[in-house]
Amino acid sequence: MERTIMTINMGPQHPATHGVLRLILDLEGETIVKATPVIGYLHRGVEKIAESRTYSQALVFTDRLDYTNGLSNNLAYCLAVEKLLGIEVPKRAQYLRVILAELQRIAAHLLWLATHALDVGAMTVLFYAFREREKVLDIIEYITGARLTPSFVRVGGIARDADKTFVEKVRDFVSEFPRRVDEYETLLTENVIWKKRTIGVGRLSAEEAISYGVTGPVLRASGVYYDVRKAYPYSSYEEFDFIVPLGKNGDVYDRYIVRVQELRQSNRIILQAIEGLPSGPYKAKAPSVVPPDKEQVQSDIASLIRHFKLVAEGFRPEKGEVYASVEAPKGELGFYIVSDGSERPYRFRIRTPSFSNLSALPKMVEGQMVADVIATIGSIDIVLGEIDR
Amino acid sequence: MTETRKNSILEALKGRLVSAYEFREELTLIVKKEDVRGVLRTLKETFSYDMLTDLCGVDLREPPRFAVVYHLHSMKYGDRIRVKVRVEDGDEVETVSDMWGCADWLEREAYDMFGIRFKGHPDLRRILLTDDFVGYPLRKDFPTEGYDFDRPFEVRLEEEMA
Repeated sequence: MERTIMTINMGPQHPATHGVLRLILDLEGETIVKATPVIGYLHRGVEKIAESRTYSQALVFTDRLDYTNGLSNNLAYCLAVEKLLGIEVPKRAQYLRVILAELQRIAAHLLWLATHALDVGAMTVLFYAFREREKVLDIIEYITGARLTPSFVRVGGIARDADKTFVEKVRDFVSEFPRRVDEYETLLTENVIWKKRTIGVGRLSAEEAISYGVTGPVLRASGVYYDVRKAYPYSSYEEFDFIVPLGKNGDVYDRYIVRVQELRQSNRIILQAIEGLPSGPYKAKAPSVVPPDKEQVQSDIASLIRHFKLVAEGFRPEKGEVYASVEAPKGELGFYIVSDGSERPYRFRIRTPSFSNLSALPKMVEGQMVADVIATIGSIDIVLGEIDR
Repeated sequence: MTETRKNSILEALKGRLVSAYEFREELTLIVKKEDVRGVLRTLKETFSYDMLTDLCGVDLREPPRFAVVYHLHSMKYGDRIRVKVRVEDGDEVETVSDMWGCADWLEREAYDMFGIRFKGHPDLRRILLTDDFVGYPLRKDFPTEGYDFDRPFEVRLEEEMA
């Protein structure tokens, strides 16, 4: 019989592509011969815009990269600028940053769990996962004032100190969350239909994953031990006791297992950070970078001038270039900033995890069924906001 | 990066580097355009820098105009290195898309944003912008608001463009 290839178009408006991803699929029957992702539908030119803003103004664009993960994005950017400036952040701010970043990871993973399960056909999980995600977002909203775009982590520290209520809210959440993760696991981990849809699907070997620059849970599901929190510890992560969950087969099921284990590990980290939360200042003592407190601005003319100068002019790091990265929920999120000594970043490069992770998608789906593409895209956990930038 | 490892890298690449410097404990190697593939291959094979974390362009506004920046990570040793190559507008850099899978898309992005060409790339076309886009937006002489800021956005179908 003659071989016939049919080309079909999937997306960019498709509920299972998690945004505006378009895939061109060459099919032979129901088997995928070739998959070509087409990206760029959400390109806003963040790198270009940020180059014409001051360092503080550029912060707000980072919220909008991976919009499920505002706080980690802020953190990655601030770490890069702090490295460029050479300033040290106080312990309390570092611990609070860890708490916020891990809460954000839980929220992002829960969003992933809910939508991924929904894509594959398990609807119930969504209602369970969103129940806890709502609680996390409430905590984040309580301290930052925003649910999705906090811009809360600032160069030199954080925007506001945590109060007793915040600590209590986090404690309450942390104490009940492991039980909730058990609930998700009873729905999926040993579920026969779930296993049939995910085991052996969308496989990626360790060598391929490294070659494609894949990071985060997708890389670890292929059995590669790489976590930025362990490899290049930042923000005091070396002081917390947690393990990096690894998978074996690099398939959709292993990615699920890795992320669920990460939910538990994040919970452990938050617990340790909230119990050991040091007292002290929440922003660095660096008058040329960090604006003064609001009370001071209203009562002291020197502070008012300093505040005005920082807002109107910004600060000027020395000439140089730095790369700093964090372990975002989706993988290694890095900022490469080149400074020419002015108040604006000369080059503002964002290394986003989803970009590299998605480029390995053709490797994962070729030779598989059309229905498996949906499961595989879900398992990579892409956000087009950070792919297209 | 340990001092011994740094020294052995510099020793192995002796004579092939334009310069090497450290800033904020990050090692940067500047290599000649003709030798970039060779240096990256040595780093990958001899010093096990097996992951290409990032590849991007920078417009430096002085000749040679652009820099292509490679960030490499070693899974085995757990350290990073930065390799930089300068390239003039219109010149080509050799591709590394056969050495690292992710370089395919990253080089396309550098081409899309800066117009830097990669010799031997299998499919060098725009990736984030539309195929009929004019100019390279991350170049410093490209205005942030674009050239057609006050003109309405035109949609052209693929068949009209052919």
